[in-house]
Amino acid sequence: MAGAAQEEDKKLFDSGAASTLVGELRDAFASGATRGYRWRESQLRGLLKMTDDHEQDIVAALRSDLGKPEPESVLYEVAMVRNACKLALKELQHWMMPEKVKTSLTTFPSSAEIVSEPLGVVLIISAWNYPYLLSLDPVVGAIAAGNAVVLKPSELAPATSALIAKLVGEYMDSSSIRVVEGAVAEATALLEQKWDKIFYTGNGRVGRIVMAAAAKHLTPVVLELGGKSPVVVDSGVNLQIASRRIIVGKWGCNNGQACVSPDYIITTRDLAPKLVDALKNELEMFYGKNPLESKDLSRIVNSNHFNRLTKLMDEDKVSDKVVYGGERDPTKLQIAPTILLDVPRNCLIMNEEIFGPLLPILTVDKVEESFDIINSGGKPLAAYIFTNDKKLKEHFVKNVSAGGLVVNDTTVHVAVHTLPFGGVGQSGMGAYHGKFSFDAFSHKKAVVYRSFMGDAAMRYPPYTNGKLRLMKALLGGSILDILRAIFRRS
Amino acid sequence: METLGDLEVHLEGMREYYRGGNTRGAPWRKSQLQGLLRLLEEREAEMFMALEHDLGKHPVEAYRDEIGCAKKSANYALGSLKGWMSTQKAKLPLGAVLTTAEIIPEPLGLVLIISSWNVPIGLSLEPLIGALAAGNAVVLKPSELAPRCSSLLANALPAYLDSKAVKVIEGGPAVSEQLVQQKWDKILFTGSARVGRMVMAAAANHLTPVTLELGGKCPAVLDSLSSSWDREVAIQRILGAKFGACAGQACIAVDYVLVEKRFSSISLELMKVWIGKMFGENPRESRTMARIVNKHHFLRLKTLLEDPNVKASIVHGGSMDENSLFIEPTILLDPPLESDFMQDEIFGPLLPIITLKKIEDSINFINSRPKPLAVYVFTQNDSLQKRMVAETSSGSLTFNDAVIQYLADTLPFGGVGESGMGNYHGKFSFDTFSHHKAVMRRGFLVDFWFRFPPWNDHKLQLFRSLYVFDYLGVLLTVLGLKKSKQGLSRA
Repeated sequence: MAGAAQEEDKKLFDSGAASTLVGELRDAFASGATRGYRWRESQLRGLLKMTDDHEQDIVAALRSDLGKPEPESVLYEVAMVRNACKLALKELQHWMMPEKVKTSLTTFPSSAEIVSEPLGVVLIISAWNYPYLLSLDPVVGAIAAGNAVVLKPSELAPATSALIAKLVGEYMDSSSIRVVEGAVAEATALLEQKWDKIFYTGNGRVGRIVMAAAAKHLTPVVLELGGKSPVVVDSGVNLQIASRRIIVGKWGCNNGQACVSPDYIITTRDLAPKLVDALKNELEMFYGKNPLESKDLSRIVNSNHFNRLTKLMDEDKVSDKVVYGGERDPTKLQIAPTILLDVPRNCLIMNEEIFGPLLPILTVDKVEESFDIINSGGKPLAAYIFTNDKKLKEHFVKNVSAGGLVVNDTTVHVAVHTLPFGGVGQSGMGAYHGKFSFDAFSHKKAVVYRSFMGDAAMRYPPYTNGKLRLMKALLGGSILDILRAIFRRS
Repeated sequence: METLGDLEVHLEGMREYYRGGNTRGAPWRKSQLQGLLRLLEEREAEMFMALEHDLGKHPVEAYRDEIGCAKKSANYALGSLKGWMSTQKAKLPLGAVLTTAEIIPEPLGLVLIISSWNVPIGLSLEPLIGALAAGNAVVLKPSELAPRCSSLLANALPAYLDSKAVKVIEGGPAVSEQLVQQKWDKILFTGSARVGRMVMAAAANHLTPVTLELGGKCPAVLDSLSSSWDREVAIQRILGAKFGACAGQACIAVDYVLVEKRFSSISLELMKVWIGKMFGENPRESRTMARIVNKHHFLRLKTLLEDPNVKASIVHGGSMDENSLFIEPTILLDPPLESDFMQDEIFGPLLPIITLKKIEDSINFINSRPKPLAVYVFTQNDSLQKRMVAETSSGSLTFNDAVIQYLADTLPFGGVGESGMGNYHGKFSFDTFSHHKAVMRRGFLVDFWFRFPPWNDHKLQLFRSLYVFDYLGVLLTVLGLKKSKQGLSRA
């Protein structure tokens, strides 16, 4: 009996419900409620306050969903959302202002500007690995740009999803900002609707599904996907520092479950043993002799991914390449930081984004060979190089295409709001962070002001040779030609 | 006739050529733009003839909208290329010492441009200019519905450009379909929303980003204007933007006019007078107006007018000649809004005037329909202007003129909603075919030691301070003079 009542309570979020939801938000948007500065500012303040007031709840939810250590939660999720809100609050008036543009002789006299306007009702689908950040960071952009928003957090981080749903309901304007919790069924129902923009963070397989669904309604999309982010390590660098920066970008970022984590290393045969030693040293300093017991490492999100990762490690011809780590605890879903040396080029671990605490090292004779290896795969979200060689640096920057590059560090570019954060090719399309977030959720409308004076009869029929000459001169922009054309008799 | 196998081999060859770095340098890009300029100069007469053949387009219109415009754009790109290619420095927060951040534009790779039949040379070359300026290899698929122009491009482009990096593939829908199934680094498509959906769906398979330049019903809102000079200029501009824009077959042509009922008869009279002055008593003979592109579209337009309620609303013109595919400038007054005629983009020389009680009603009228590529508003009323900007949405909005936004190099040209996604022209062309890569460089000398685990309260506090760029806080904490407010919770 109690079970039946519970079933009734749990309303099915199907296509009908999704359509009703979108309809409500469209009405809200059409009423103009979200367009003014005041609304946007109040929502951003609400989001900031929500994050400030509930930092401990957020930290607890992340610990529950991912075993994420508090400093990571504070640094990468809470602080980044707070900073996004604060930056938007600081810059919003400036971002909202039309941008005047120069006009030329061909449209003289005129003035023109580019006006940023909201797209309307937008859908944000977020991922499980940075579930608070990847839900709310895009929301900051959407709100700043004046849109109504539906957010679908990842069901694989249920505590965070529930917390977000509860807090957004309490702190934000529910006539224009809603959270829909759920899994595939709910996401599918949402994707059937017509949105003015869809912002998706996740993997390429689902990214294709999102874009195909968007195509039906001609909805533009931002897809923040992933890839295999390589780290090239050259000789002549301080291996201790390089190792630390690699470790913190890999295991210090959700235990390798981050889209910009170093996925694999390429280095020379000569350097590899020294690099491995340096990594081992620093790993032990950070996580102790029994990393499975360290409180400073996230666990693996669920048994699906745990099994996927152990399969990568245990594959024939790969398992014997483990030179550090390899320990795992299925009951706690923990896998220790693991380094593999000289894995074959064609194996499971080199064929998919690892998204976990396994770090394969490929070796080459000369460090320059690493570029061909990187370019033979899909363009990753990030690529890293450690080198002091100026020529190698420039070669890397020029020839490696990725969403973003960092020389002599890993992942730090994500925190710089003046840099666009997004992928290219298989790693995604579109970008956000800082003003790029505002732009991602805006339509840049060209507005031209013309007067009734200064009309050129030559624009209109009946067409004559004289008009053709004048038009050529005008489009060509040469004053002399224009004068010649005006004063010459046809 | 290319087979699928041939196509794939060609494309792989082009990718190989691109990977060899051949298209990256400024000299190559400049040479391509200069090649285009030479082509436009040397083959001008051929282009006029091709446009005359395919569309009955008068040379002045052809020059204004296609040839001259492309020259302008190519020159603009040449002059701006260095700036566009340059690295842009990005500001860093103060705590980032010995670090630089910048945004570097790079080509996407191998891109596909599909152009439409109504501005067949212009809509092929404008995107091509952007793609080449950005350093890409390009496949261009011109419209088969403008066959002379298509074959002109197929013959001429390889002669003036680097044929290893730029290919023209001719053909109809079957060829287009084959092409969009391939893996591209970008697709720029100009055409209808129906085909746009298919292009995007195909692109989704490869996660290929797209720019879709579609259409819509572009309204011209005609407010009461106090001076007769202004009225006459407004009417000329509206008529020019309809009948003078490929006989209304243009994505940014005026589709329909909105006017207050009390001014409708004077506006109509002015239109009749000016149609006579601009297009002559016999427009078919005077060749001042383009013809309809083909029988299919001619019949489509004919059918729209066969609806008796629509037919009854014709107040000027209406005669059609199937042999010459010519329809004279036609005006309709208040045709039924539910008719097909008022639902789909007209794309022809039929101009409906819709009367309203108050001109402000035009805002709701426009908003109750899909977002168009352009909105034109003829008014001197400041507050109406402000309301139009704030309350309607369209690719672009132009006051007191029409179509002219197409020529501006500093304005993004593109749609929103049903009228498209993405934009180009000027630097926007360069950007649309580029990836803006974030690059950060750090030194080895400085690191915040508290970046690294194992974690403790002290490090956490340092992070808090650093993240709010509170340098004093950082300093005090490092010196042990500031205690953390929120300690690490003992979970």
